[in-house]
Amino acid sequence: MIITDAQQNPPRSQAERHAHIVGWGADLDHAHRPAYPMERTPPRLPHAVPPPEQQHSHADVLVSSERPRITPVYGTTLPPKGLSGWLRRQAFRHSENDLRHWMMLLLADRVNVGEGLIDDLSRGHVPNLYAEMGGRAELRHNPMGAARKAAIGIAALALIAVALKRRR
Amino acid sequence: MLAMNYRGPYRVRAAHKAEPEIEHPGDAIVRVTRSCICGSDLHLYHGLVPDTRVGTTFGHEFTGVVEAVGPAVEHLKPGQHVLVPFNIFCGNCYFCQKELYSNCHDTNPSATAVGGIYGYSHTTGGYDGGQAEYVRVPMADIGPTVIPPDLDVDDAVLLTDALPTGYQAAEMGDIEEGDTVVIFGAGPIGIFAAKSAWLLGAGRVIVVDHVEYRLDFVRRYAQCEVVDFKQVGDMAVHIKKMTDGLGADVCIDCVGCEAAGSFAHTLLGVKLKLQGGAAIVLHWCINAVRKGGRVSIVGVYGPTFNAVPIGNAINKGLTLRMNQASVKRHLPRLIEHIQAGRIRPSDVITHRIDLRDVADAYHLFSSKLDNCIKTVLVPPSALAA
Ligand SMILES: [Zn+2]
Ligand SMILES: [Zn+2]
Repeated sequence: MIITDAQQNPPRSQAERHAHIVGWGADLDHAHRPAYPMERTPPRLPHAVPPPEQQHSHADVLVSSERPRITPVYGTTLPPKGLSGWLRRQAFRHSENDLRHWMMLLLADRVNVGEGLIDDLSRGHVPNLYAEMGGRAELRHNPMGAARKAAIGIAALALIAVALKRRR
Repeated sequence: MLAMNYRGPYRVRAAHKAEPEIEHPGDAIVRVTRSCICGSDLHLYHGLVPDTRVGTTFGHEFTGVVEAVGPAVEHLKPGQHVLVPFNIFCGNCYFCQKELYSNCHDTNPSATAVGGIYGYSHTTGGYDGGQAEYVRVPMADIGPTVIPPDLDVDDAVLLTDALPTGYQAAEMGDIEEGDTVVIFGAGPIGIFAAKSAWLLGAGRVIVVDHVEYRLDFVRRYAQCEVVDFKQVGDMAVHIKKMTDGLGADVCIDCVGCEAAGSFAHTLLGVKLKLQGGAAIVLHWCINAVRKGGRVSIVGVYGPTFNAVPIGNAINKGLTLRMNQASVKRHLPRLIEHIQAGRIRPSDVITHRIDLRDVADAYHLFSSKLDNCIKTVLVPPSALAA
């Protein structure tokens, strides 16, 4: 009798082939998949949920023009102020569908960084840029990189010094 | 209290700020015991997410002990140790009624495209996050889940985003028995997507990245094949070669807008910010999947435009699915998986860092130093616990 390859090594099922993987196929059945189907009604929350009350606060919140009202719940941190705040207000005159909305917000973010520096200094706090950028971690875990950055910095300063000297 | 404080791109520090207060009858104040730095926090850290205001506290992945609750809170009690899903959601609006918690319409006034998220810019509602000693938790009867007594808090904190997002990524791929699944990105989300692909019955799981220690980790932890995209010429062609010329059944994008791998995309999207980040992984997904295949996207992209090869997707008859994870809907099943020993999420935690050293923690994670996979921040007030 000729024993074929297939008889000697019968094709193994997926489950057998993946027996070494803990939990293989545990959720093969769609009934086990939490998001099947995509939209599911009613939601499986542990208890009934009443509609939220309206939050009231004095916070200045910028509201998307795509919504007729403020949401019942919102964050109240860091209201818009200064030049960046003015830019953000302008941005919110445009809908989320309008690229200007997003580009002006990004611009406001850049302006806001400068305002943050001024704010620090006006409080008499000189920010430790080295520490804020994780200098210690860089030195400890990437000493070559830190050295390279330091060398580039020193070289740049030297070039500026030379250029200034030449000018005189 | 002490809290992480964003000062600008690549600049953060730990600083003192006022403790949060109850501002809505449904709020709770939670004393944080653990918070994570997420890969998507890096997009904020790098200044890519619009309306990220200087002074913001990041952190959408955290666990903590309930300190106080507002008058409308009925079910959550002070003293309970909870894990808090990163979505802030009302449980009642049109979208929450369909279990689309990440798409809640009633917790984010600043945008309608995305729901409320803790510590994720004013585009997601202007809430402060959990990389702090205390945090305001709105809709406290709905989002927070009490940590079961037999669940380790380090496992619990990974249930607030990383594991559910990885799981949902795999689930949106509609994986069927024996499918070949290619996952782009070997960060925590990619690692959990790989694990989840096996749970869903995949036949083959391939993970793509370019950082050697991450590939080593995912190969060991998720028992999958790995590809270093820097070592292969054309990524899509390489996947076709691995799959008899057909392409993968499912491709999953766990990278998002800061993908490496294409000079043009990096220049246009990340450096010049002329598109909503680098869409290179979307190109790879659409071009490496088989005709009629499925692409699942959980990587974060900005709201501005991206160059995406949509024509190829049409011609190939692909199904594209994408979303932020609706964490709460996945929790019961994922807790079962942990309790049954099918997955131990805390295994991905490589660093445990004092909140006071948050700047070092961000730099370490952002620059992928010291073989960092996942960082947990512990506030000084929780260090004893
Ligand atoms: Zn996250
Ligand atoms: Zn809702």
